[in-house]
Amino acid sequence: MVDTLFIGLSVGSVLLLVALGLAITYGAMGVINMAHGEMVMLGAYTTVMTSTWLGLGIWWSLPIAFVVTALVGLLIERLIIRRLYGRLLDTLLATWGVAILIQQMIRLEFGLSFFGIHIQGLGPGLQNMSIPDVLAGTINIFGAEFNKYRVFMILVCALMTGVTWFIMYKTSVGMQVRAIIRNARMAAACGIDVKRVNALTFAFGSGLAGVAGVLMAGFKTVFPDMSTPMVVDGFLVVVVGGIGSLIGSILAAGLLGQVNALVAWGHNDVIARAVVFAVVILTIVLKPNGLFAYKRR
Amino acid sequence: MSMTRRTMLSVSAASLAAPYFFTRSAQAAGPIKVGVLFSLTGGLSIIEKSLRDATMMAIAEVNAAGGVGGRQIEAIVEDGASDPKTYNEKASKLVIRDKCVTVFGSYTSASRKAVLPVFEKRKNLYVYPTFYEGFECSKNVIYTNAVPNQQLSNFIPWISKTLGKKKFFIVGSNYVYPREMAKVSKILIQQQGGEYVADEYLELGDSEWGSMVNKIKNSGCDAVISNVVGDSIVAFYREFKNQGLSQDKIPICASVTSEIEIAAMGPEYAAGSYSSFPYLMAIDTDANKSFIERYRKFVNDPKAVTHSPLQSAYMGVFLWKQACEKAGELEPLAIRDAFKGQEMDAPIGRVKIDGENLHTYLTPRIAQWGADGQGKIVDEYKEPLRPLPYAAYGETADNLFCKESGLDSSKLKL
Repeated sequence: MVDTLFIGLSVGSVLLLVALGLAITYGAMGVINMAHGEMVMLGAYTTVMTSTWLGLGIWWSLPIAFVVTALVGLLIERLIIRRLYGRLLDTLLATWGVAILIQQMIRLEFGLSFFGIHIQGLGPGLQNMSIPDVLAGTINIFGAEFNKYRVFMILVCALMTGVTWFIMYKTSVGMQVRAIIRNARMAAACGIDVKRVNALTFAFGSGLAGVAGVLMAGFKTVFPDMSTPMVVDGFLVVVVGGIGSLIGSILAAGLLGQVNALVAWGHNDVIARAVVFAVVILTIVLKPNGLFAYKRR
Repeated sequence: MSMTRRTMLSVSAASLAAPYFFTRSAQAAGPIKVGVLFSLTGGLSIIEKSLRDATMMAIAEVNAAGGVGGRQIEAIVEDGASDPKTYNEKASKLVIRDKCVTVFGSYTSASRKAVLPVFEKRKNLYVYPTFYEGFECSKNVIYTNAVPNQQLSNFIPWISKTLGKKKFFIVGSNYVYPREMAKVSKILIQQQGGEYVADEYLELGDSEWGSMVNKIKNSGCDAVISNVVGDSIVAFYREFKNQGLSQDKIPICASVTSEIEIAAMGPEYAAGSYSSFPYLMAIDTDANKSFIERYRKFVNDPKAVTHSPLQSAYMGVFLWKQACEKAGELEPLAIRDAFKGQEMDAPIGRVKIDGENLHTYLTPRIAQWGADGQGKIVDEYKEPLRPLPYAAYGETADNLFCKESGLDSSKLKL
């Protein structure tokens, strides 16, 4: 039973990692960021590239991927999203386009493959990201055997959640973000530079996705389409948790993770997946705003 | 541009109305047209491009050696775009407009099923290079790779006898191929006096293996039969090791895991596991080594890997050449009839097309993966094994379901 709960916890932490960034951009900025999954993918590729070209391990990849994806996020915000605030459906379409562009960029090796140049670590194939021996195998906690890599993921996930909570609730930037979530115009009227804060928020959300990507690289297969199923899971968590609510996302990820693990343990994985979707549908029907909707004023 | 839309219309109408013998005699003078239909874009393009390359390489080699009966082959390449509907449209185009006498194509069963009506209705011929689930008896398809009995009827007895494993955990992706493979596996496990403790599936493309591997751990099994496909494979082997399971005690015995996935997961995760394929890169013959070398040169990549469908795509063209020369004409169904009993020495070794079901006699082989990512062949049959596409439903070499005349559906008990 302990190991089933542990698996639920780790499934939940994988969900939360992807959803965390999404919860912030979707919640704070009202942008349905379809390119969020591609940020995860970029994080994973950053890991592959830093290990093949710079010989750096997963530890270095965490900050590097955060910075790289945050910069890409900033660029996307500056070029595209900035012009689309308040137009929810347009952001959906535009960011979907961005997602396709990023995928093809990786697949075509930034266009170099047209000239017959091949960059190791890019291209359409499956990439191999090796994980250090410290994280392979199992660890014994209270007499039970646990997968070390999953423990590591849960820890990093907890750390990222903690940092996000700290920024959102203990810093002045966070306070400004929360003010924008409540009412963007009123916040602007109070002297908050909405554009600047939005740009920073989007960059931070993208950076979180990049960190998620690093962890996924050691866990799943790295290839250009890898993020499509993940971003769906991310949206499920955000929708169940309630838009803009950090605590809602945490609880929703935990809930969906545990439901998945328990049903998979009792029945099988195929049914578990269906039950997870059923829970999501039920939540939307009963509480259309999610479990912990942030009140807008 | 002096050509108006109207004149263009009338020109194309005239060419459509041209009598059949005219187009036929026009073709008799020129090269032989064949279609090459694989996905060059979309999710399946990684692997299907390699099949296109192998087919084109074979065509280039045949042409360099003088062509088919002295005539060159002209390949018309189309892109199936990883989409069965597109496959169907492109197949119609190749057969009807381009008048190809044969089309080489498809990787997935979904795309093969999508083009099947075109070839059956237009009495044309399709050459399919992938191992698949069987349960098909088309008279317009030549199947050049394995069906379940050719991957499993050697594998499970070997695991049972040589490794001494009796309790099997069957795991796969949730669609038709793994489910049919599981059916055949169960029949063979029972024949060996073993038992299967579970038959479980994960959605296609899903890579959350935590619960499943935990189940394997607690099931008390002593071997895993894996029919997992695609990118899920990598996550599966990694999770397997990371939950503390060892390939020495509980080996993963796989039907799909090939050189490509091993390289992507990192060889240390697969070291000690087994795969069953008629073709492996590790086949230690001059013919295979030369094949790998020529392929690498052809695609201009010194590290390119070859795999089972790739080899079949290559040898399919040579078998087709022999069949054309035997038939002496370029009528698709005459080529099909000439295919029956056709034999050759391919990179894989001796192969032969079955006269009854148009599948291929292949030599089953089992490889154990090493820490260097290469397979070591630990068992192989002395001679090629007869293909039985309905083995999951009780077909045996003495009691064929799929015959020259077609499928004997009275024997099928579903």
